[in-house]
Amino acid sequence: MANALAEQGRWRDLDKLLARPGNIVGHGFEHSPTLREEIGEFVRVLVVGAGGLGCELLKDLALSGFKNIDVIDMDTIEVSNLNRQFLFRLQDVGKSKAEVAAKRVMERVSGVTIVSHFCRIEDKDLEFYNDFNIIVLGLDSIEARSYINSVACSFLEYDCDDKPVPETVKPMVDGGTEGFKGHARVILPGTTPCFECNIWLFPPQVKFPLCTLAETPRTAAHCIEYAHLIKWDEAHSGKAFDADDPVHMQWVYSEALKRAELFGITGVTYSLTQGVVKNIIPAIASTNAIISAACALEALKIVSGCSKTLSNYLTYNGLEGTHIKVTDFVRDMDCLVCGPGTLIELDTSVTLSQFIELLGEHPNLHLSKPSVTYRGNNLYMQSPPILEEMTRSNLLLLLFDLMGKVPKDTIHVSGTTEKDGKKTSCLRKLRVVFKGVVGGSTDMDIARSS
Amino acid sequence: MINLFKIKGQKREDAANANGRAPVKKQSAGELRLHKDISELNLPKTTTISFPNGKDDLMNFEISIRPDEGYYQGGTFIFTFQVSPSYPHEPPKVKCKTKVYHPNIDLEGNVCLNILREDWKPVLNINTVIYGLNLLFTQPNDEDPLNHDAAAVLRDNPKLFESNVRRAMAGGYVGQIYFPRCI
Repeated sequence: MANALAEQGRWRDLDKLLARPGNIVGHGFEHSPTLREEIGEFVRVLVVGAGGLGCELLKDLALSGFKNIDVIDMDTIEVSNLNRQFLFRLQDVGKSKAEVAAKRVMERVSGVTIVSHFCRIEDKDLEFYNDFNIIVLGLDSIEARSYINSVACSFLEYDCDDKPVPETVKPMVDGGTEGFKGHARVILPGTTPCFECNIWLFPPQVKFPLCTLAETPRTAAHCIEYAHLIKWDEAHSGKAFDADDPVHMQWVYSEALKRAELFGITGVTYSLTQGVVKNIIPAIASTNAIISAACALEALKIVSGCSKTLSNYLTYNGLEGTHIKVTDFVRDMDCLVCGPGTLIELDTSVTLSQFIELLGEHPNLHLSKPSVTYRGNNLYMQSPPILEEMTRSNLLLLLFDLMGKVPKDTIHVSGTTEKDGKKTSCLRKLRVVFKGVVGGSTDMDIARSS
Repeated sequence: MINLFKIKGQKREDAANANGRAPVKKQSAGELRLHKDISELNLPKTTTISFPNGKDDLMNFEISIRPDEGYYQGGTFIFTFQVSPSYPHEPPKVKCKTKVYHPNIDLEGNVCLNILREDWKPVLNINTVIYGLNLLFTQPNDEDPLNHDAAAVLRDNPKLFESNVRRAMAGGYVGQIYFPRCI
């Protein structure tokens, strides 16, 4: 009885958002007393990462009406996680983060199903990702974000007018924290900038000059990087350093300590060693909570339309007071990952060499000396001579055959283009469609009319 | 978007029944940028490039530098390049495979070139790095030493340094360390 009451009370505020009309609602919002249940029934959300942000995200999403949640994380729980990754207990150390987090949230929020995946994000195929309506990211690396972004954008299709086809849009909400700073952003591929459109927002990692490490170390971090980058190779010829292997980390720590003593430097500790080598900045629980809350709210807004979504990048700084700023970044229309590219319709009888010629004459491209690459296969390289020679035999083959007889696909070309007498080198994405092949141009027509 | 998701669920079932072709992963932005870099390479005449894994793996390649002036004239030095998917956000990893007596390259093949670490910028490219490596052979410098002994000799006794370089390149000992022939 008390439980049933609590259960009702739990959704009271959420229902106010979903069951009533409003003035700043998103496009196509239809308020309804059953909207919350529909979200629970129809929406599948994937949470990538079950660490500091992931724990918060799972809790927040489960309490926001999402009922079909999957979580993926390859990491296991460490003692140092316990201060902020609040779904984990001391006896969980060594177990999968995804599995434990899923179990704990399901125990606390009835009616929620969380499926855990204890593996790397690269281990799942594209179909796995395509099954979700929305992907929420709680990650700590640029590489992983970039990977998920490229996967999500790979579902995106454009119609003949270079407009994104709505049902191919895979929305993402990305959260990130570093100490007292954090960001939350909404990525609607084809509409708002994707991760790759403004990857330059991320500052480059601080890197010390090797010679400073070798000759004139001045800080504890210098000693650690010396042990990590120079001493390791000297002592373990050929064996790769593994930052996740405690034996390796311990070795680097003890070598760094020796070096620090030699130069009279203090401050080398095991946790600093981990921090420097893995580039870790101490995590703050409240930053994670704030950023995760913003992300979960955006996810709810995207699926329900109960309010306009963040547009499109929120930064938070809690170091001195609280600074929150929202910036409306613009897309890179030439983005190779999410951009529309240039639509080119071809006959199946076109050879690679004819195709290359065509790129030079194309009114929007004027591409001279283009090199062509398709899904990791370099079809033709203009330079260096050694690669030109290896790819030359492709020139006489049919492009349709070289692309595995697919009706349509994306291909990339780089070359030089001339505009107002100025030559610039460029890399272009092309959407190649073969005329008269089933699933090719006919598909595009359907996309246009829908 | 909820209405769209409802339709989409239905459509996906249809597509699965129709046995639709599963999409394949696309090339990373880093790979594509590297493709551009490589297709625009303008190598100095001292340098050749090779792709040990064939034409479709541009992320791992080797270059060979044969300096035509300076202390290292006549030697051949091989460098391996490892480019990560986050290129050009991250610089390529470069190692010298040829054991060399050089103030800025250590005996493990680590290379002290500013644009490979602290001064790397995404606007730089593979060509810039190759020119930088060439510069190391024409202008070795004793101010950023990785091989401390070689740097000290270059600074204090350039004549001795020159003969040490010759001896190392011909295949021989400098002090306690043996250098295989690379001429």
